[in-house]
Amino acid sequence: MGHGPATDWGEDKAIAYKTRIGLILVSIYGLVYLGFIIINTVFPRLMGLRILFGVNLAVVYGFSLIILAIVMGIIYNGLCTKKEDLLNKRGGKK
Amino acid sequence: MIYEPSLMAVIFFVTIVLGVLGISWYFAGKTRSSQSYFAAGGTIHWGINGIAFAGDYLSAASFLGICGMIATAGYDGFLYSIGYLAGWVVALFVVAEPMKRLGKYTFTDALDAKFNSKGIQLMAAISTLVVSLCYLIPQMVGAGVLIKPLLGIDRVWGIIGVGAIVIIIVATAGMKSTTYVQFIKGGLLIVFSLILSGLILFRGFSTDPGEDYHKYQSRLVSETASGLVIENPQNGETIIKTIKAGDLSFVKTLSSQGSIWWVVNSQKGQLILDEALSLEKTNDGKVLYNGAPMEDRKFYNVGHLNEIIMDKKAVQATGPLDIFSFFRILIDSSITRFVDKSFTTDDAKVTVWYPVVTAGEELMRPGIKFKVDKGSDFWSKLNFISLMMALFFGTAALPHVLIRYYTVPSPKDARKSTIVAIGAIGLFYVLTLFMGLGAAASGVLDVESSNMAAPLLARSFGVVLFSLVSAVAFATILGTVSGLIVAASGAVAHDLMDRYMGIKLTDDQKVMAGKIAAIIVGLIAIVLGILFMGMNVSFLVGLAFAVAASANLPAIMMLLFWKRTTARGIAASIGVGIISSLTIILLSPSMFERYGMAGMAPIPLDNPGVISIPLSFITLVLVSLMTPKKLEVKK
Repeated sequence: MGHGPATDWGEDKAIAYKTRIGLILVSIYGLVYLGFIIINTVFPRLMGLRILFGVNLAVVYGFSLIILAIVMGIIYNGLCTKKEDLLNKRGGKK
Repeated sequence: MIYEPSLMAVIFFVTIVLGVLGISWYFAGKTRSSQSYFAAGGTIHWGINGIAFAGDYLSAASFLGICGMIATAGYDGFLYSIGYLAGWVVALFVVAEPMKRLGKYTFTDALDAKFNSKGIQLMAAISTLVVSLCYLIPQMVGAGVLIKPLLGIDRVWGIIGVGAIVIIIVATAGMKSTTYVQFIKGGLLIVFSLILSGLILFRGFSTDPGEDYHKYQSRLVSETASGLVIENPQNGETIIKTIKAGDLSFVKTLSSQGSIWWVVNSQKGQLILDEALSLEKTNDGKVLYNGAPMEDRKFYNVGHLNEIIMDKKAVQATGPLDIFSFFRILIDSSITRFVDKSFTTDDAKVTVWYPVVTAGEELMRPGIKFKVDKGSDFWSKLNFISLMMALFFGTAALPHVLIRYYTVPSPKDARKSTIVAIGAIGLFYVLTLFMGLGAAASGVLDVESSNMAAPLLARSFGVVLFSLVSAVAFATILGTVSGLIVAASGAVAHDLMDRYMGIKLTDDQKVMAGKIAAIIVGLIAIVLGILFMGMNVSFLVGLAFAVAASANLPAIMMLLFWKRTTARGIAASIGVGIISSLTIILLSPSMFERYGMAGMAPIPLDNPGVISIPLSFITLVLVSLMTPKKLEVKK
C-alpha cells in the first residue's frame, strides 16, 4: 500500500481561500469558546445571571456555542462551495 | 440495585444484534480489497457519512456518561457536551479537507505524506493504538453497565458479548459494515433522544416522582448527655451507632424494619436526621444494601425536586413545559441530590448516599463537580481549563474520527459530511441537558451507577421506551467500538506491517492482516473493559481526548501550517505527547484514589492537556529547528 488518496477528485484551486476562511472562522469560534472558559473559571457566579426569558447565562452561552458551531459550519460550506464553483468549474485563477 | 429484565428488552436487543450482523454479512461478500476494507472504497455519500460520524462519535460517554453526569452534577456535566461539540469546529475548519487530501486509509498516511518517514509511521501507529485503547475502555465499561438491566446477565458477560459482536462486524466487512452500523445507530440515537426530551417537557416537573418512588424520611432528634435521641421514634427505632466523617455526622438506627443510616443536619437550630442509602461490606463478608441483602429490595432510586417554584409560587406539579420554562423553573426551584461519603466502622466498610438540597441556581451553573467557585483553588481551576482545552483540541485528533474522512469520494464531501455531523451531534448535545436534568428530577437515579440515568429515565415512561432506549444505547456502543477497532486494525495492518515493517503482502493478505488485527484488538478491549468496570465513562473518554490532543493535534496543525516542520519533529512530538499525557494521568489524584492512595498524588491535575499539549508543540518546534529539513523530504 503506498501513499496517495483513496479516490481521484481533480485539482482544487480554492485550497488557499478555504484555508484562510477556515483559520479566520476557527479563530473567531476559539475566542468565543475562550470567553466561555474565562467566565466559568474567573467569574463562575456570572453564569447565574438571568439574561433570556429567565434563563441564565450558563445555559444561553452553552447553547449559543453549539448553535454558533452549526451556523458557522453552514456559512463556511457556502463560502467554500461558491469559491470552488468559481475557480474550479470556470477555470478561474487561484 | 436490582433490575428486572423484560422479554421486550430481550426482543429489541436481539433485533439490534441480528440487524448489525445482517449488515456485516451483506457487506462481507463485497469487501474484497484493502481499500474497501479500510476506507469503504471511498464511496460513501457525504450525508450518510455525516450521520455515521455522529454514530461514531456519540459514544457511551455521550449518551450514558454525560446524561449521568448532568443528572448528578447538573450544569457541570453539560460542559462536556459543549467541549465535545466545540472540538468539531477545529475538525471542520482546519483538519477535514487537508486530511482527506493527504491521506488514504489512516491518519498516519496524512502525517507522513510529505516525508515517508519510518519514525512518523511508527509513532503515529502507536498513538492510534494508545488513543483507540483509551477510548475503547469506557465503551466496554458502558456495555457492561447496560447489559445487566437489559438482559439480567452479569456485566462481565456484557463486555464479552459486545467484544464478540464487534469483532464479527469489523472482521467480516471492515469500514463498510461499520459505516452503515454507525449510520443507523446515529439516526436512532438522535430520534430517541428527541422523543425522550419531548416526553420530559410534556410531563413537566412534580415534587412526587411517582407511586414507586421511596418516601425518604426525616426525624427530629435532641442532643442529650448520652448522645442523640430520636424524639418520635417509629417502629421502635433507636440509634445504635454514631460516626463522624469529615464535617458530617451519620447515625445508624435499628428498628423492627431493619437498620438504616441517616445524616445529621441542622435546621433553624433543630437537629434533624435525614434518611440516607447505604452499602455496607461487613468484616464477615456480607454485602448489605440499606441493612439488608440486595434481594430484599430495600435499596431505592433517588433524585427529586424538593420544591418547585413556578411564576414565583410554590406548586406540586407544573404540567407541560416549553423549553424556557423548563430551565426557568429548575433555576428557581430546589432539588434533592444524593451525595456519597465513605467511612469505616468497627464492623464494616460503609458508603452512604445522603440527601443534599441544592438550589436550582447552583445546579444550573458551574461549580458542583468542577471546583471553580466554592472550595476552588489554583489547581482546581487549572484542572477545569485543562479539560476544556483537551475537549476542544481532542476531537480533531481522534484516529477513529479521522479515518472517516477517507470513506467519502472527495475533500468537498469530507467538508459537507463534517457539517452534517456538527448539526446532528450539536442537536444531540442540546438534548443531553434535557435528558440529564429530567433524570435528576424524576426519581430514577441509581446511586451506584450514574451511567444508567438515561435508560432509567426512559423506564419512567414505560417498559417499551426503556427497552428501545437501552437497545439503542447498546447499538451506540457497537457503532463506536467498531470504528475504534477499524482504526486500530488499520494502524497495525497498514501503518505498522505494511508501511513501517515493509512486509510485502498481497491485497488479500492485507485484508486478512486487518481482520486478524481487529480480532486481537477486540480481545484486548474485552480484558481492559473488565479491568476498568465501575468508572464513569465520560471521565475516561475525557482522558482519551487528552491523549489524542497531546499526541496528534500538534503534529497535524504544524504539518499543515508550519513549513519548517520535519519528520523527526513530528515523531518526537507524538512521542512526548503520549508519554507526558499518560504520565500525568497515571500520577493524577483520580488514579491515586483508584490505587487506594487518595491524597498522595504527586501531580494535582486530573486532566493533563494544559501541560502535555504545549509540551508536544514545543517539542515539535525545537526538534524541527534542530533537524535539517531538506534531507528529510520525500523524494
